[in-house]
Amino acid sequence: MKALRSVVIAVYFAVAAMPLAWMAVTSFKHTRDTILAQPKYIPALSQSAPHSPLFQVSLEAYRKLNAPYAGTDRTYFNYLVNSVVIGLLSTVASVVLGTFCAYGFSRFRIPGGRDWLFFILSTRFLPPLAVIAPVLTMYRQFDLPNTHLGLVLLYTVFNLSLSVWLMKGFIDDIPRAYEEAALVDGYSRLRAFFLIIIPQASRGMAVTAVFCLIAALNEYGFAMTLNSYRAVTVPVYFAGLQKNIDGIPWPQVAAGVILFVVPVIVFTVLVRRHLLRGVTFGTVKQ
Amino acid sequence: MSGPFLQVSGLTRSFGPIKALDAVAIDAAHDELLVVLGPTGAGKTTLLRTIAGLETPDAGRIAMQGRDILDLDPAQRDVALVFQNFSLYPNWSVRKNLEFPLKAPGRNLDRRQIVERVAWAASVLRIADLLDRDVTSLSGGQMQRVAIGRAIVRKPRMFLMDEPLTNLDAKLREALRVELVSLRRSLAVPMIFVTHDQAEALSMADRIAVLDRGRILQVGTPEQVYQNPVSTAVARQLGQPKINLIRVACENGMWIVGGQPAFQARHDARTARIIGIRPENFHITGGRHPAVVRVVEEMGPCRILLAEWLGEPIHIIAPQSAAVRPGDTIYPDPDPAAVLAWDR
Repeated sequence: MKALRSVVIAVYFAVAAMPLAWMAVTSFKHTRDTILAQPKYIPALSQSAPHSPLFQVSLEAYRKLNAPYAGTDRTYFNYLVNSVVIGLLSTVASVVLGTFCAYGFSRFRIPGGRDWLFFILSTRFLPPLAVIAPVLTMYRQFDLPNTHLGLVLLYTVFNLSLSVWLMKGFIDDIPRAYEEAALVDGYSRLRAFFLIIIPQASRGMAVTAVFCLIAALNEYGFAMTLNSYRAVTVPVYFAGLQKNIDGIPWPQVAAGVILFVVPVIVFTVLVRRHLLRGVTFGTVKQ
Repeated sequence: MSGPFLQVSGLTRSFGPIKALDAVAIDAAHDELLVVLGPTGAGKTTLLRTIAGLETPDAGRIAMQGRDILDLDPAQRDVALVFQNFSLYPNWSVRKNLEFPLKAPGRNLDRRQIVERVAWAASVLRIADLLDRDVTSLSGGQMQRVAIGRAIVRKPRMFLMDEPLTNLDAKLREALRVELVSLRRSLAVPMIFVTHDQAEALSMADRIAVLDRGRILQVGTPEQVYQNPVSTAVARQLGQPKINLIRVACENGMWIVGGQPAFQARHDARTARIIGIRPENFHITGGRHPAVVRVVEEMGPCRILLAEWLGEPIHIIAPQSAAVRPGDTIYPDPDPAAVLAWDR
């Protein structure tokens, strides 16, 4: 049984890790080694015969990331910084606002509370790109295109409904008795919220943050439509590489992807303890 | 000081169509353990939460030491509430849990005072050796001691206890209830203790308030409430096994049960329609009517019989010396002075 489980996990891991591994391998190739009929997948130090699976390792792709992007004075790393800054700010904003909002819905009787919650959920019913034209018009009124703030606002709003719903679930799971004990013990509701609820909800906040961060980093349509310079993000940079007159520089794409997903993987690994922790892990005896 | 410590009057609270509290009026003296006894859903918890300030009543008044407290925050009321489910903060040490109430804003205790208070509470509750343990690792009994410790550590004006012993096993429950009574006495702080357990109520209370469907049915000493319940509802809540309630009519000084004269009626209760006889108030011989024993429960010092008498199932507590087996016929003879009677 245990062996079977190991096998299943190993096979699944191999399948799941394959694209990432291929990206990593590709990022160390020369462009010429990426467009062969017979793929090369074993790294080697020197050039080898056309039909051998060996390819020569090169850091050329990573070096190219540091070169200015066609027609601009910006490198991949400028775009990466944009993505990271916009992703983190919008994630923090969504999770913080979502947590406050969810706490209200979870703990207080709000007139029409269920309807409000449904309304919040309903903002996800339309594909976001359906509203791209009005958003662009509005943004122009406020000079928001080509700003980091514009994308932070947009991603925060899109992720907020997810954040509110996820956090409501997590906060509903925290027994009211915890904060009520704090209220009776002499604390204000706000203090009880920060001292008792926030630590208890941290696992849920980490989970929510992972979702929001990934959604924000992946977003392409708005990032492309609302920006032509300054706040352009990594997905738009990748799309731009396809217009390269020398053909798509696959090693460069792969190197960019690796650098792009590594922070997300690191973040997920850091919060994995929270992701895995049991749901009711308290001393309220139910 | 004059007047009761706590005065509750006209307290009403509805949740939708359900009246959890319906014009509740109780008071508690300066040094009293008042037990609120009632079945699940009677409104006991709502009453405590309203006194603690966690719930806002629709109507009514709560005064503590003569001062209205309804407009005060829970924090300002300075009462301690112990929850049925302990509600200690997980992943905190016992010490941190005990310190938490002392560190509340406005309490202004310095580090030394906090350490002293925690040490005092820990020694009173004999949990000093647990102080550095994570509360998650404690047993139920230990958790409840810590929860009580968190209540006493800040020396509140009043204790509110919401079925604090219900989640413990029977032995621990009995030990802790004795401890709790003497602890309260030594602290000389009034306590309202809510329970659905009649034995707990009888053993702990200075006075019992019987609550049912949001209404206070009777308030009195355990003796008064047990021996002179004002209604069948109160009578049913106290005593184990339950009181035997029998529909009767009265004719020629006799109570008629199931169409036949059963036994001598109490002369002051001729209009009664229901009588109640506690199981311990029967002799099992000497009665006029036979009864067939269906079930015999061995209790150690006594036996509980379930018998059919005048067409009614009745419980009788028989002495250990009476050798009765299922199927036997006995002649139950109720003690006429102990028969309770109500008009409805």
